[in-house]
Amino acid sequence: MQFMLLFSRQGKLRLQKWYVPLSDKERKKISRDLVQTILARKPKMCSFLEWRDLKIVYKRYASLYFCCAVEDQDNELITLEIIHRYVELLDKYFGSVCELDIIFNFEKAYFILDEFLLGGEAQETSKKNVLKAIEQADLLQEMRSFLQPVWLSVSTSAPRPVSASVQIPIIPPIAVSRPG
Amino acid sequence: MSDVVEKTLTALPSLLSLDSQPGSAKLSSTSKLGNLVRGITELTSKHEEEKLIQRELASIKEQVSSPNTSMRQMKELMVRAIYCEMLGYEASFSYIHAIKLAQQGTALEKRVGYLAVSLFLNESHELLLLLVNTVLKDLQSTNLIEVCMALTVVSQMFPKDMIPAILPLVEEKLNHQKEIIRRKAVLALYKFYLIAPNQVQHIHNKFRKALCDKDPGVMTASLHIYLQMIQENPEGYKDLTASFVTILKQVVGGKLPMDFNYHSVPAPWLQIQLLRILSALGKNDQSTSEIMYDVLDESLRRAEMNHNITYAILYECVKCIYTIHPKSDLLEKAAKCIGNFVLSPKINLKYLGLKALTYVVQQDPKLALQHQMTIIECLDHPDLIIKRETLELLFRITNAQNVTVIVEKMLDFLRVSTDDYTTIDLVGKVAELAEKYAPDNEWFIETMNTVFSVGGDMMQPDIPNSFLKLLSEGFDSVEEDRKLRLFAVDSYVSLLQGEPGKLPQRFLQVISWVLGEYSHLRAELQPSTVMRLLSKLLDTKNTSSETKTWVLMTMTKLCEGAAGVSVAQEVSEAYSSSLDTVLRQRAQELQHLSQDSELRARVVPRDAGLEPLEVDSSLSFLDGFVSEALAAGAAPYKPPHQRQEELAQAKALSLEPYGLSLPISISSCSIADRQSPTLLSMSSGLSGDSTDLSHKGGSTTLKLDGVKRVWGKEGYLAQREPVEETAQVEVPSPFRSPSQQAEADSSHSQTPTPVPTPEPTQERQQLASSLFVGLSSQSSVCLMGKSESAPQRFKRKAKSPSSSSGASEQISNSLVSAPSTVDNLLCDNLLDANISSELAVSSPTQTSRLSQSLTTANGTCDVELTNTKGSNPSLIRDISVAVAADSTPHEDPDKPKDLCLSSHLPAELSGFSHSEITPLCSNQSLDLSACHVQQKDSLVLVVFIYNSSYSDIQQILLELDSDDLEVSGVCGSPVQEVGSQSVAVCQYSLSVKRPSVHVEVGGMVSYQLPVGTPQSAQFSYRLPLTSFIRPLTLSTEEYGTMWLAFSHDTKQNLTLINAGHESLAATLNVLKKKLQLHIVEIIGLEGIVACRLLQDQPCLMHCRVHAGTLAVWLRSPVPDLPDCLMYYCQRALQEH
Repeated sequence: MQFMLLFSRQGKLRLQKWYVPLSDKERKKISRDLVQTILARKPKMCSFLEWRDLKIVYKRYASLYFCCAVEDQDNELITLEIIHRYVELLDKYFGSVCELDIIFNFEKAYFILDEFLLGGEAQETSKKNVLKAIEQADLLQEMRSFLQPVWLSVSTSAPRPVSASVQIPIIPPIAVSRPG
Repeated sequence: MSDVVEKTLTALPSLLSLDSQPGSAKLSSTSKLGNLVRGITELTSKHEEEKLIQRELASIKEQVSSPNTSMRQMKELMVRAIYCEMLGYEASFSYIHAIKLAQQGTALEKRVGYLAVSLFLNESHELLLLLVNTVLKDLQSTNLIEVCMALTVVSQMFPKDMIPAILPLVEEKLNHQKEIIRRKAVLALYKFYLIAPNQVQHIHNKFRKALCDKDPGVMTASLHIYLQMIQENPEGYKDLTASFVTILKQVVGGKLPMDFNYHSVPAPWLQIQLLRILSALGKNDQSTSEIMYDVLDESLRRAEMNHNITYAILYECVKCIYTIHPKSDLLEKAAKCIGNFVLSPKINLKYLGLKALTYVVQQDPKLALQHQMTIIECLDHPDLIIKRETLELLFRITNAQNVTVIVEKMLDFLRVSTDDYTTIDLVGKVAELAEKYAPDNEWFIETMNTVFSVGGDMMQPDIPNSFLKLLSEGFDSVEEDRKLRLFAVDSYVSLLQGEPGKLPQRFLQVISWVLGEYSHLRAELQPSTVMRLLSKLLDTKNTSSETKTWVLMTMTKLCEGAAGVSVAQEVSEAYSSSLDTVLRQRAQELQHLSQDSELRARVVPRDAGLEPLEVDSSLSFLDGFVSEALAAGAAPYKPPHQRQEELAQAKALSLEPYGLSLPISISSCSIADRQSPTLLSMSSGLSGDSTDLSHKGGSTTLKLDGVKRVWGKEGYLAQREPVEETAQVEVPSPFRSPSQQAEADSSHSQTPTPVPTPEPTQERQQLASSLFVGLSSQSSVCLMGKSESAPQRFKRKAKSPSSSSGASEQISNSLVSAPSTVDNLLCDNLLDANISSELAVSSPTQTSRLSQSLTTANGTCDVELTNTKGSNPSLIRDISVAVAADSTPHEDPDKPKDLCLSSHLPAELSGFSHSEITPLCSNQSLDLSACHVQQKDSLVLVVFIYNSSYSDIQQILLELDSDDLEVSGVCGSPVQEVGSQSVAVCQYSLSVKRPSVHVEVGGMVSYQLPVGTPQSAQFSYRLPLTSFIRPLTLSTEEYGTMWLAFSHDTKQNLTLINAGHESLAATLNVLKKKLQLHIVEIIGLEGIVACRLLQDQPCLMHCRVHAGTLAVWLRSPVPDLPDCLMYYCQRALQEH
């Protein structure tokens, strides 16, 4: 995999992970181009795109688009399922994940991604193992914040801004058990 | 203090609400990030956002650089900086702080620090060097989480040069008790393998251990490395095939733990990875393929659930089945599977179906026929991506009969496509098809006109070049040439009379060149008329100065008669003061030549384009000038590298950084080497004083490929006969496509969304019959295969006729002699594929690949036969190359043994040590073996040719070739014939061109039996680089000066042989003995060693005992040599 992008229906980037060395300028140009192209596509259209010499595989979950770039000889369907597995992981971790979770905890989303894909290749495909690795690292965090005096710990929760689109769970409850 | 209070206050409400809001724990974002995010969502304009972020960045910047900021606050600042960067605002000031955070923070601050580093920086960023120490420290940490973090960041990015520093630590982690650490270590090594394969060569054994790891996750991770290595060198891993098959069997059989299941499919990622590996292993290898038939069959059978993930596996299975050696019932099942994809209502599956079809039609064009109606539907699909993939499929099945329809469809697509990348790609394909299968002149020229106008200035420059080459070289029939050129001239004149301003620059350049060369063919067309049309171009604002140059050159060719001369004068006056020097030059030429018609006739002779010209790339015409200059006391010319070395030696200073700025030697710009004529046109434009080149520049730029040219200081030299055989073109036979009205109807089909017609089915059927013509019956396919009936025009002959004839001869061999029906079937299949490739395959390279696969398949057949016969399996056991020969079984009880062969070693070599004699290839009449002999100043490859048949073998021709090595014959006359049951010996001297750990020489032997057709066989011979290493004797002072002069180096820590005080000496002695190095001197804990790569390429080694290891530093002027030698040093010490 060459890179992965998450962006909202409004075209706002929510996550970007680059597995090939590219300059800042190129990254910006690529994400701008792709966000535009993908947002312009109709819902019933093919999830695959040819873009330059790459294959783009994308899927929309509620208000979020997940988009991966792979090489031409790669298997597009399995990439689609990589996206889905990532969404499942996010869902399991956050508990019925919605866009808001990813906005406010994007570093967590990155940590999960790094346990799942490493250097552009699937690192661990067992859901249990990925979550175990994340939880272990998180545990460390909680134990430490426990030791801190309460008044020093930087706040834990912020009231969610009420915006309809960002609060829809990205996997509808039915889809978790049997996605199409 | 106020900061703390403020924080407490902001934290308070959330703390209070903590109990009442159970789901809020997951929103553990820092409040400042929360504020920022909320702030942004409340904004209404981009401008406001920018202001807000700039303010935010300024505050972050201030805080990060403050000494009072704790690491904890720093972590929070980094998160905000990442967020700002994600929104597209630069926060480069925070990069260094991210590194600092990774370095100094506690575990979880570190985690954010590493994350920020991996998001901010890329592999080549210089700040990454500062991370090396942190990684080193964390790799040694006792905290597993820290080790994990370090490995994670290393697997994503690491400076290539620093790999040796952490490699031992990462290797160590392969044995770690925690599987997550082992897994990450494997992936880190995978990353290293990708960016610096030489560095991890020595740990291949450990990869095998990872493959056998008890944890499936670690095993899966190791497959990434294996896939990569096997794709690069399938021969090296054939022995693992059975293991991969076993793993896949277990996975498919559901033997893995349940949590590797994905939607109740067992470990799909693992399955797909294994299928990819298997297809790389089984490609062109029958015996390996046979091992995997069962498991592939099972995979196909098991994947029955209707879910994307099963389709993903099926797709990979189908690809694998069509890649490996074919088996008919598997192919049948795979074809059925493709049908399921193509016919699926799900658009994603349909797309993959088309992709799979595109992949397999090269082998089985008939498969496209089964799905023709679906393909037609897809051509009209509203989603462009489906359309595009369908065109790709059609491109693969194009033949002379359906070319007009397919090209029309492609052009339709091009007219609506807005994506540059697609346009460039498709335009190239149309041009290729047009050139290959054009039914007639008019169609060809018109299609190319569309290509040029649609492709515009984006298309690959070789399209106009090869078009003009085709036009100028012509065919065998003079009359056809004339007609084609005449048509082109007519077409272009009418284009120029229209609105030439809208045409792309490249097209205008083509037009002006063609008019300059061929407008005289149209007798009624006055040159002055053409010149007027062209001068209109000069006045157009959009015309680029490059195009203007072309136009001026054309005018130079055309300026005849009073009217022409007057236009020429007018134009040349206008441009002789142009600021563009090239343009001014052309204008001057035009002015002079238009006045002197005699000179013009000599300089730009009409039809000179047909004469092959030669470029004297060595600039030998300057020899006189050079010798005069030398006689007058000038310093002799030295190539830049020599100058650099001498300078370095004189001053004992390394001048490496300045290497690039030294002038490039003229000989390295040899014009004949250039592939792209456009480049030449530039260089000819620059050489202002060589008039003769410049005013023919226009024509030279177009047909340099394979054409030589002579020019000297006196103008044109006598034109010689071409040395090289220029590409020839076959006589085109007049042929009219039956579906030409489709082309006439182009305006109708041009509408992007087709209007539903009353009889859509019928129309589609009609389209189908025109699209799939030529594929429909076997007989027509065969017909197309024969050149005499093929209506292909412009067909270029293959560059090396010998190889293709060889391939076809091998086909006939196998057809005649293949004993079993199975073999017959396979051969038929292959033959079929080969013939159909004539029409369906796009490029000649693919054809050659097919015939290659044929050879290989045939060869393995043969080996198989010999094996079962069991006459001498040991002789052929290790043959890794395919042998092409008759497959007739031939009893031959006594084959030569090594012992007998070594007695045939030439007397002058018998004193030296020689390697084991290894068999190269064998068939029923010839056995080839080889060994290499290391002499003091050379390495000799000895090839033994043993004639095992009972008749003499004649006309033996042994050809060796290698990318890595220079091969030259040692004996005076090469072996020509070998008597029955006797041995002939050939010797070759080898030297290294390009060092690599193993160097390989490939070869081919061809010979003639008294009865029968000529035979041939291929082989290859691999030898380690150490065979070329010799000691280099020099003094410590000499060593010192040389050391500074060499630019390529590598450093690594090696194991020290433990022998008390004498450790260093003992270690160096081992190296000396095993690798033939020369120990220059040992001073205390340091030692210097020297060796040379034959003939005289030095490599110096500096060793130092440090903390129980041997720090080795190798330097050489030859790239890759230090790396390779390091590999051998490491091995030598490990083996000890």
